Amino acid sequence: MKLLVCISKTPDTTSKISFSQDGKRYLDEGIQYILNPYDEWYALVRAIELKEKFGGQIDVIHVGNATSDILIRKALAIGADAAFRIDMEPMNSDEIAKQIAKFAKENSYDLIFCGKETIDHNSSEVASRIAQYLDIPYLSYCNHLEIENDKIVASCELEGGVALLEAKIPVVISAAKGLAEQRIPNMKGIIDAKKKPLEVISPIETEQLVELVCFELPPVKSGVKMIDPTQIDEMVAVFKNELKII
Amino acid sequence: MVLVILEEQNGRIKKSAIEAAGFASKLAQLSGMKVCGLCLGRTINVNELTGLGLDQIVQIEHADYLDSSQWISIVAQAKEQLGSKFIVLSNNSLGKSISGGLSVHLKMGLISNVVNFKSQEGVLQFQKSVFSGKASAWYAFSDLNGIIALMPNGFGIHKFDEKPIDSKVLDLKIPEPKIKLLDRKLIQGKTPLTEAEIVVSAGRGLKDPSNWYMVEELADILHATTACSRPVADAGWRPHHEHVGQTGVAIRPNVYIALGISGAIQHLAGVNNSKKIFVINKDPEAPFFKAADFGVCGDLFEILPKLNEALRKSKMN
Ligand SMILES: Cc1cc2nc3c(=O)[nH]c(=O)nc-3n(C[C@H](O)[C@H](O)[C@H](O)COP(=O)(O)OP(=O)(O)OC[C@H]3O[C@@H](n4cnc5c(N)ncnc54)[C@H](O)[C@@H]3O)c2cc1C
Repeated sequence: MKLLVCISKTPDTTSKISFSQDGKRYLDEGIQYILNPYDEWYALVRAIELKEKFGGQIDVIHVGNATSDILIRKALAIGADAAFRIDMEPMNSDEIAKQIAKFAKENSYDLIFCGKETIDHNSSEVASRIAQYLDIPYLSYCNHLEIENDKIVASCELEGGVALLEAKIPVVISAAKGLAEQRIPNMKGIIDAKKKPLEVISPIETEQLVELVCFELPPVKSGVKMIDPTQIDEMVAVFKNELKII
Repeated sequence: MVLVILEEQNGRIKKSAIEAAGFASKLAQLSGMKVCGLCLGRTINVNELTGLGLDQIVQIEHADYLDSSQWISIVAQAKEQLGSKFIVLSNNSLGKSISGGLSVHLKMGLISNVVNFKSQEGVLQFQKSVFSGKASAWYAFSDLNGIIALMPNGFGIHKFDEKPIDSKVLDLKIPEPKIKLLDRKLIQGKTPLTEAEIVVSAGRGLKDPSNWYMVEELADILHATTACSRPVADAGWRPHHEHVGQTGVAIRPNVYIALGISGAIQHLAGVNNSKKIFVINKDPEAPFFKAADFGVCGDLFEILPKLNEALRKSKMN
């Protein structure tokens, strides 16, 4: 089985969010980047579990510059076999998807995994775009997945429930919580990762259909109104008059 | 023309679709266009749609499950036949499964998780929620048309004067599906978290899953949806779909009530766009108080039973 896992980087969850004066640029000086949790914890680990069961090869792909290599090595340490980095700084999810789709087409994978979203841009666009570029089924927000011969059966999140879906391989999957359990790389994995191949690929040309005008921070809260814990009536009054929920 | 996707459930238009229709109508008003709704599935009574600002409606009766590739094809055909400049849809689970593909298929720009828009020197700009709600980004379409996928509960519901709606017939062909639906399991009777107006959420401060009856009691009284912090879901005290935060569901209810949750940065990321936040925590230093509108510093095991009782009484009066 040939598996491709798309990995992206995102600022560490505790990072301070600030922007340049003109609002055009996220200030990431001193910011620690991590692998996007959905890619690392669920997509990659489920791919590893499938390889453990059925055998095969796991490639990871990242669109970004050389500063990401340390994160790509982490994915190799967790258990991917080979890595590919498309050397460009992507401006939006279409650029990422287009690069990955071209690579995937040339290497015919059975399954292509993405995380359900990145925790910085939260767009959830990349997987859906790759599936469209490749004209193959897309199973979104998948929290359980089994393979039966050439078919895949997946449980996919809906509002307030799940849909149990079946599709023929090849497919694109976006991974949600529950699909797998996070794995911490061990010493052997980290040493092996140094010897695994990481190939750098030149990007193809893309066009921009949307333009960033500026970033903006939300207005600061005016402050909390504290209620004495013994004043139950006052809490009820807040529920009634201020929150208007009873 | 603005084309808006109206998702239905059991023959009723979904709340997220009402929100999308309102956004589409406001956008159309500002740019002097008409709005056409597209509804695939069970037929909706047109009377249900009159206050949404729509000018036209295209309804296609289709009883079976439609996969993302079928949706994309049909929406694209409708767009071509109507000559729409904008497509508006909710970025709920359907939206997330089709908006990227639709953008590729139609070669149209996509701005997702939009919560608002404005016209600046004649150019439409759309506000996208980013960094799990810790910031937003304004975007514009390069060639002045595109797809707008709305963050649920972001723009809010807008009502319009009732006006007659033209039913329009288009020649739309439904392609063969790529995906088969085997089963669908929906949790009955509860508003999904992303659509909920009121959310009652609890964390490790509840100590044990057996104490959740207090949380559910409060949620029942308020007709709220329940949520939880990540460690609570990870420990299996509550189902994963209730986990809110940066690595869980991001929500924007009118009121978020947090019980025994510390308010870690990753938790706040998913809930800090709630319009009002009410916190009960026994630790005066809990970071959640900084993000709250109303706070009670005390032991929830003492407060909650009394509060539930008092709220129930107040409701009866
Ligand atoms: C990469 C990453 C992603 C994460 N993503 C998320 C996420 O999406 N969502 C999320 O929630 N967390 C997330 N976390 C975890 C987060 O950092 C916190 O650990 C978590 O939110 C804490 O949950 P909690 O508030 O329930 O528990 P605790 O931090 O243990 O807090 C319990 C609170 O209950 C209060 N309390 C205890 N007893 C009582 C009582 N009797 N009465 C009143 N108050 C009481 C305490 O004062 C305390 O403030 C993430 C962490 C990482 C590293």
